Amino acid sequence: MTTMAADAGAQDTTAHEADFDAAVAADERIEPRDWMPDAYRATLVRQIAQHAHSEIIGMQPEANWITRAPSLRRKAILMAKVQDEAGHGLYLYSAAETLGTGRDELLDKLHSGRQKYSSIFNYPTLTWADVGAIGWLVDGAAITNQVPLCRCSYGPYARAMVRICKEESFHQRQGYELLLALSRGTEAQHAMAQDAVDRWWWPSLMMFGPPDAESAHSAQSMAWKIKRHSNDELRQRFVDICVPQAASLGLTLPDPGLRWNEERGRHDFGAIDWTEFQEVLRGNGPCNDQRIGQRRRAHEEGAWVREAAAAYAAKHGKATA
Amino acid sequence: MTNADWPLWEVFVRSRRGLSHTHAGSLHAPDAEMALRNARDLYTRRSEGVSIWVVPSAAVTASSPDEKDPFFEPAADKPYRHPTFYEIPEGVRHL
Amino acid sequence: MNGASVTVGEAPLATAALALGDDALVLSHRLGEWAGHAPVLEEEVALANIALDLLGQARTLLSLAGDEDELAYLREERSFRNAQLVEQPNGDFARTIARQLFFSVHQHLLYGQLAAGDGPFAPLAGKAVKEVAYHRDHAEQWTLRLGDGTEESHARMQSALDGLWRYTGELFEPVEGLAVDRAALREGWLAAVTEVVERATLRMPDGPQTGAWTAGAGRQGIHTESFGRMLAEMQHLHRSHPGASW
Repeated sequence: MTTMAADAGAQDTTAHEADFDAAVAADERIEPRDWMPDAYRATLVRQIAQHAHSEIIGMQPEANWITRAPSLRRKAILMAKVQDEAGHGLYLYSAAETLGTGRDELLDKLHSGRQKYSSIFNYPTLTWADVGAIGWLVDGAAITNQVPLCRCSYGPYARAMVRICKEESFHQRQGYELLLALSRGTEAQHAMAQDAVDRWWWPSLMMFGPPDAESAHSAQSMAWKIKRHSNDELRQRFVDICVPQAASLGLTLPDPGLRWNEERGRHDFGAIDWTEFQEVLRGNGPCNDQRIGQRRRAHEEGAWVREAAAAYAAKHGKATA
Repeated sequence: MTNADWPLWEVFVRSRRGLSHTHAGSLHAPDAEMALRNARDLYTRRSEGVSIWVVPSAAVTASSPDEKDPFFEPAADKPYRHPTFYEIPEGVRHL
Repeated sequence: MNGASVTVGEAPLATAALALGDDALVLSHRLGEWAGHAPVLEEEVALANIALDLLGQARTLLSLAGDEDELAYLREERSFRNAQLVEQPNGDFARTIARQLFFSVHQHLLYGQLAAGDGPFAPLAGKAVKEVAYHRDHAEQWTLRLGDGTEESHARMQSALDGLWRYTGELFEPVEGLAVDRAALREGWLAAVTEVVERATLRMPDGPQTGAWTAGAGRQGIHTESFGRMLAEMQHLHRSHPGASW
């Protein structure tokens, strides 16, 4: 074994890099112990962590309605969905850990604001219909983003995404069904549904990130096959999917510029307010402080529980480390 | 308090009887008993399993990618280990 | 149906279904309040699993007594038949675990008896007893870890057991329509709880198992202060839209 290790050590970075490039070009997966460029590793950690954080923070706006769900059926669905989000966060942290960064470190970075989560969760859930709008639009946008990630070049991330996409297929449908019930319900319920769609539509479009021309990480991520389609392409795909779905719901999308473009075979849509996007990103969204505050509090208040379990394991010879 | 950081465990799930356990992912737990329970809650919420193994991640010894060639390439040039290597006259059955 | 409150019949089957169903409904609701607040992410998943099991049981049981949503959302506080134990606020994680321990051991033994009988609850209990066995295991594992963990966790767990003790006596009061051996239930519960508590290096509370005045009257519709607020939150949206479907 020692000779092998010595041989391997003699191999220079260029040879490693050539192997890596060849694997990516051949659509092979990169696995945890393979050599990979530092920047590739850093990009993945950043992206997977942000994705995991989004799942965990994303529990909050929906959990906000668990105790007020208006029927027991809806309550069960919502609880199962919020639980899935915790589960998806765990799958993703586990994928990030294969890159050599522990979950505690990632959580520290979330709690101290050094790593981000999706800005969409800095918007409030003001009515029950928001639970539906999140399922239909926010999860819909997330799925549009995530399906291509199932073919991401990094194996553990791709595998986590396969599991997540499979489980998430119910999330979007329950949201749509919830909105449909409201839209076809009483006048007040219909108005509640329309109001929610009015508030969530634009932030959902922003979920695809800045326009391609201004996207900081896009080109390199596409070359590495971490990302497979551009922000604008995915956004367009989402708009085209949503327009007929909105019509079936009997709800309107709040964009006077939205119309079918015969020539392109796609929908034209209005300009996105990127100032708002930047402001929310900068921490000035309606719920930034609240979300991170609750997350930090849960972690701090749970410290004694985690310590107790670790102490018990140590005392009873059950600890592994 | 760093002693609150729970170790990492690898989770293997048998999806149904007759199949072997396959790697499902990992999780954190203070000890093996809790790891098993966390694995049950996390990886078999949708009836994905009938049996679970948990193994401390630190206990896994893995082959190194650098040893890939000496480990796995020598097996590639021994086609006589595969049944397709042999020619059998047409019409011979049960072979 | 309008926004007015519903009252329920007095048939023994309905009375028993409501007692069991309200226990499950209310505890599920309390556990649901943990979502996004659990001490560790793995526990978010575990607590939600338990809450979902209980909600499933509640829906089956309430449907035996009437319409599940009418019963959950349109009854006044005095018409709820749950034991006061399950409505107690979550408190810290130790308090939640103590509540889980006291209740799940009781529910496990009770459902075991019901499943073994041939009464109207046997089919439900046969399914639920497996779920509840897991809830009980979860509570026992955590009682051990908190009791025999750190000094702080030990103190918190002891205080949780002591604080909730007075709500445990009610679990063994007779419920009309529920044919079980109360004495065996009480004995089995005490033995099981004592075993875990002692293994966890904790001591069994020594106060009375019912309070001086109201503690222990949940089955008669007398509840504790926090329950009204819990119901207000739970029922508000449903009651704001009389007759609507969701």
